Amino acid sequence: MSLERPDTPDDATIERTPDELAELLGDLVVGRDDHRNAPGFVIRPDTVQQTLSRLKEEAGYDHLSLVTAQEYENRYESIYHLKKFDDPTQEVSVVVPADTDDPVSESGEPVFRTADWHEREAYDLIGIEYDDHPDLRRILLPETWQGHPLSIGYDKDRPQIATLPEHANPLEDHHRDAESDTMFLNIGPHHPATHGVLHLKTILDGEQVIDVEPDIGYLHRCEEQMAQNGTYRHQIMPYPDRWDYISAGLLNEWAYARAAEDLAEIEVPEYAQVIRTMGAEMCRIAAHMLALATFALDVNGDFTATFMYAINDRERVQNLLEDLTGQRLMFNYFRLGGVVWDLPEPREEFFSKTRDFLDQLPGSVEEYHNLVTSNEIFQMRTIDTGILPPDVAKNYGATGPVARGSGVDYDLRRDDPYGYYDELDWDVVTEDGCDNYSRLLVRMREVEESAKIIGQCVDLLEDWPEDERNIQSNVPRTLRPDDDAEIYRAVEAAKGELGIYIRADGTDKPARFKIRSPCFSNLQTLPEMANGEYIPDVIAALGSLDIVLGEVDR
Amino acid sequence: MSSDQPFITDESRVVTETRDSRMTGQGDRFNSRLREAFGSSPFILTKFDKFLNWCRGSSMFMLQFGIACCSIEMMHTYAVKHDLDRFGSGVPRASPRQADVMIVPGTIVSKFAPRMKRVYDQMPEPKFVVGMGSCTISGGPFQEGYNVIKGAEEVIPIDIHVPGCPPRPEALVYGVVKLQERVANGEAAPVTVKPYELEEFSDLEKDELVEKLTDQIDEDELVMRYNFADSP
Repeated sequence: MSLERPDTPDDATIERTPDELAELLGDLVVGRDDHRNAPGFVIRPDTVQQTLSRLKEEAGYDHLSLVTAQEYENRYESIYHLKKFDDPTQEVSVVVPADTDDPVSESGEPVFRTADWHEREAYDLIGIEYDDHPDLRRILLPETWQGHPLSIGYDKDRPQIATLPEHANPLEDHHRDAESDTMFLNIGPHHPATHGVLHLKTILDGEQVIDVEPDIGYLHRCEEQMAQNGTYRHQIMPYPDRWDYISAGLLNEWAYARAAEDLAEIEVPEYAQVIRTMGAEMCRIAAHMLALATFALDVNGDFTATFMYAINDRERVQNLLEDLTGQRLMFNYFRLGGVVWDLPEPREEFFSKTRDFLDQLPGSVEEYHNLVTSNEIFQMRTIDTGILPPDVAKNYGATGPVARGSGVDYDLRRDDPYGYYDELDWDVVTEDGCDNYSRLLVRMREVEESAKIIGQCVDLLEDWPEDERNIQSNVPRTLRPDDDAEIYRAVEAAKGELGIYIRADGTDKPARFKIRSPCFSNLQTLPEMANGEYIPDVIAALGSLDIVLGEVDR
Repeated sequence: MSSDQPFITDESRVVTETRDSRMTGQGDRFNSRLREAFGSSPFILTKFDKFLNWCRGSSMFMLQFGIACCSIEMMHTYAVKHDLDRFGSGVPRASPRQADVMIVPGTIVSKFAPRMKRVYDQMPEPKFVVGMGSCTISGGPFQEGYNVIKGAEEVIPIDIHVPGCPPRPEALVYGVVKLQERVANGEAAPVTVKPYELEEFSDLEKDELVEKLTDQIDEDELVMRYNFADSP
């Protein structure tokens, strides 16, 4: 069946028990700190690289999903959440405590390239310093910021100064000779092709890019702090809508719902799961439509028509979502334990509207293929540009359509099933081209798969017996998960693996709420794809990554 | 423009031959109802300022400026279905040098406020600003954030606030049309000194924070100083 993995298991995919892992790590382990989702091994701060590389090389944990940093009363802590690309249900956490007075810990960057940005963020927001890190400076806040805002005892009323610096060309001197010279080019933070407020520090040699550095943080609106200030039951759910705001609201809400439900051990009725699955896939279609629209515009300004067509299709999905949830963009539709209300009455009308949409979708998709993907100019611009080889993608923790466009067969809907996905018939889409074109093709084919899923959900919902339409389970008015319960759970959002780490402290608010944003990891791959290419190809590569800055910066 | 009509002609005095000859000479497609209302005279009598304001309000170039969630609804406002162009303000310009109106669609954070101020300064006068969404009013759902500016009005003058999180495209259209009305009436938000201005580092008052940063920031570098304790 389509949902089964084609690969045959080898050494790397064999599941090891926690005890076998402890044996493998030997004296590196100084204690245990198990999480709800995975065994946790406490190690000394100077053995991070050794531990990570042993887990990567010998046990096959090749996906560093997230680095969480946090401060306790008596220590700092970095957690490396490891998974396997071949089987993401096999997880392990590496817990690295660091001293309160001198929080230094070894960097994991030489083992997993993706740790670079994650550790910079940990340094920026929490204040842990990473030894052996290639470039440890602030990433989200201005470089002149004082204090680390998510550490204990940070005074948020203190004055701050942000600068508007003139950017210097770091390569100016050692690249200059009689024939060549380099030019420094700022792209953004206000630029139509950066999809929001991203700043690319680009250095050109002629028209070729020799170095590009994404400068992020222009939309860092403290999402983690906001979630830590809210109560589990109702106050956190509106915020996920605003991480990936390209209509992917329900997918994001699901990430929080999944983590919090597993933490508080809440069951979700099957009927609600079907509604969630249907709503989430509608969001995926809307998100991919915008990705297509803006990517076409990035590649060639003459694709304005494509933009209008795709927006038109988005309006259709948004109408359905508005009928379902009551809002166009910020749905706030999921509740812990289910959804907030049932399908709109009259149900038949909603079903027939949804079916109408699904019926016209193949025609639209074909139109896009005629307009865009089979267009010669478009193909010349996108095929064999922005190459991202699969091993590089894995090393950077790229997920979602970016990884699947590089042939990495990884989709949490199938590999770590949640909701109703494992009961339905659909396929995971991959392409082997590793280029800008493949990433677009993956998105367009995923739209068709999503339509298949929605169609099956509508059939199920239509025949659901009236007295079994249970949209929410019984959830206590106030949720207080056990003190020191920790969990990391991820779902497949529109851009990839969207994970949430929650640590409870026995109160009705999370003590630490960490978001693993797929765009944050995906954007990190941009220099790999862009260096050596021409400047328009950088824009195309950026467009094909389909980042959304609300989620990159959080 | 409803209360005070600038273009009134007395039909009885119109020399119809002239009018007819003009009309026949031009061909039918040049005959608008406005043309008929003007009668024979190709001239109108009005105040120059009033005329210019009417022109300004009737054709506004928007700055293509996406910040956060609201920019998605802003794109929908420009695109099919809502089509802001119907109201004479649907030409998004990528460069601030060519724009009249800036829609601020999203949360302003500490790192971005100096850049937004710079973009605003680059727009030629007269310029107008529509604040879209709750974040530009007060910081919206992120008001408590350590990094969030409590409203765009802390940095630049705003003419029209459109509330919502995010506002529907219809609401934005309404806001823009209201702005056009104000512009046609010659109204604009006063340009005053804002709590957060771009200034040279050496002009800041020498306090503990400035002393601490003297090694990191050049004297003539532009900075923005945030007093989070005093913000609303």
